[in-house]
Amino acid sequence: MTLKLDKKDLKAFLETLMDEYDLFAPVQLAEGVSIYKKIDRPDDVDLSTSNPQKPAKEVFFPQSETMFRYEKAGKQQQMTSTEGVEKKRVILGARPCDIQAVSILDDVFLGKEYKDVYYGNKRNGTTLIGLACNHPLSTCFCPSAGGGPFLRKGSDIFLIDLGETFIVELLTEKGMTFQKNKFFKEANTKEISLAQEIEEKASKKADASVPIEGIDRRSDLMMESPFWDRMHEKCIGCGVCTFLCPTCHCFDIVDEALTNKGQRVRNWDSCLFPLYSQETSGHNPRPTGRERTRQRLMHKFNYFPKNFGRVACVGCGRCILYCPVNFDIRQAINLTSAKGIRKVKDQVDLTRR
Amino acid sequence: MKNPYFPIPMKVKQAYVETVDRMLRTIELSFLNEEDERAFHFTPGQFCELSILGKGEASFGIASSPTENNSLKFTINKAGVVTTALHHIEEGTEVGVRGPLGNGYPIPLFEGKNVLVIGGGFAFTTLRSLITYFLHPQNRSKVNEITVIYGARMPGLLLYKAELLEWEKRSDIKLVVTVDWGDKDWKGKVGLVPNVLEEVAPSSENSYAVICGPPIMIKFTFPKLMALRFPNERIYTSLEKRMKCGIGKCGRCNIGHLYVCKDGPVFSYAELEKLPKDY
Repeated sequence: MTLKLDKKDLKAFLETLMDEYDLFAPVQLAEGVSIYKKIDRPDDVDLSTSNPQKPAKEVFFPQSETMFRYEKAGKQQQMTSTEGVEKKRVILGARPCDIQAVSILDDVFLGKEYKDVYYGNKRNGTTLIGLACNHPLSTCFCPSAGGGPFLRKGSDIFLIDLGETFIVELLTEKGMTFQKNKFFKEANTKEISLAQEIEEKASKKADASVPIEGIDRRSDLMMESPFWDRMHEKCIGCGVCTFLCPTCHCFDIVDEALTNKGQRVRNWDSCLFPLYSQETSGHNPRPTGRERTRQRLMHKFNYFPKNFGRVACVGCGRCILYCPVNFDIRQAINLTSAKGIRKVKDQVDLTRR
Repeated sequence: MKNPYFPIPMKVKQAYVETVDRMLRTIELSFLNEEDERAFHFTPGQFCELSILGKGEASFGIASSPTENNSLKFTINKAGVVTTALHHIEEGTEVGVRGPLGNGYPIPLFEGKNVLVIGGGFAFTTLRSLITYFLHPQNRSKVNEITVIYGARMPGLLLYKAELLEWEKRSDIKLVVTVDWGDKDWKGKVGLVPNVLEEVAPSSENSYAVICGPPIMIKFTFPKLMALRFPNERIYTSLEKRMKCGIGKCGRCNIGHLYVCKDGPVFSYAELEKLPKDY
């Protein structure tokens, strides 16, 4: 069902949302820097900056999250879980890549084995209001990863920015509950055809040529390949690609303690950090950047497909945009093709000579 | 939704040092809540995450057998923050426990077979669970011969000494205890586990082998098992890796696409052969 929302009504619409839900949307922190935050004032919502630096995963999987609090008295102890969530959530303005990434995290946290209650409580009942990506960046390659700047899949409601107004598409049952919303009006044919025009233009801009298709099979025999000697060379292990990746979900669990009370907290962690897999004995199964870079890429493109049937990359391009040493995941993927492997091998042979 | 990260409360019933170097201490935990106890079913080879609130969590194989009711036993090597706290913990103190986690030994596969158990050092904990399970009157008929080869560096470093003496007296288990170097009171075998295995030479016919120990022991014992014609599918081992969540989410314990915490820690050599050497 296609409706529209005039931008002058956006503030009032957000206010009605906030009555019922905890609203999360991009907020600009500084010029060109925006992240997803819980909205207190509708004016804070920023839908004009391109894809926020930090992905929407934060709404369900915060960078730092208390799991339970405890108190100790002598030999006794009392633990109180903090898993409860007060209100249902709405994410507004997530780009299709981040929405696709949420469904990947659903597989991890709410899959068939153990259910992650902290993620689940925040995620269940959430309404996802996606925002079409009118201007994909040069680093975007979502169509290569099975997505697209106008991919509706995963969104309950989908917005397309036409300048003065948003096209509003109600896509799911949850989305249809907004049908009677007083701010949503009928869209006219002119507006609908303008939306289609923008969609066509945007879809041409995002790179569909990165050879992700079949990478899970191609990478099967790559564990001991000289590819990794080359791949990790310039990586400084800062972990920014993993923190800003919308699908990366590794975490650490630590206790924060005062004398007799404290809390257990989980924090984002990164497979690129040396301490991540370091054992108490001193043994580290991934002792150098070679093994750690391999773990990051193989997890996304080989292990994850084995477990969940799809790659853990949505082509958002953040890891390319924000890498301090210009590591380009697209190049890495390109090099896994038969032609690429030969090239790397030649280069490594050359440097060893 | 059940919260898999929230520990159940248990209490230290008993704690005692096992070895002369005082690095290995066994703690026995009892359940505080009856419903937790009723819901706790485990297989030998599974592990738990033990919490010392304020220090953190660490994973330990369960050393007791499911046939020993009311309590759980863990033998702890003093190595880091949590293990040191567990070495200092007093009887009566409450701790948090998450588990049972992991897959455990494939008990149904062992039924009707001979079982060869090879252990070295403090990796003997879950093997003790396995042996105790099979020696229980209800379970002894499930398997044929039980052969145990257990080695430690010296007599004072052997775990569960009282039980070893009891097992030695039994006719339904063949126990060979060996040490790398003996002392003046030591009457048993002196020799490294791989060599003792060669000497004992248990038949691989209709047999499964379970081997746990330090990597160096496994490295040299494995060829001897091959020489005895144990096929890879019938050799099982239990792996250790750094873990946090224990349920396959936090990401660090994977070997290839498998997680040691939820797909392991017990793997056959046939399974390990297919995985990358990332451990």
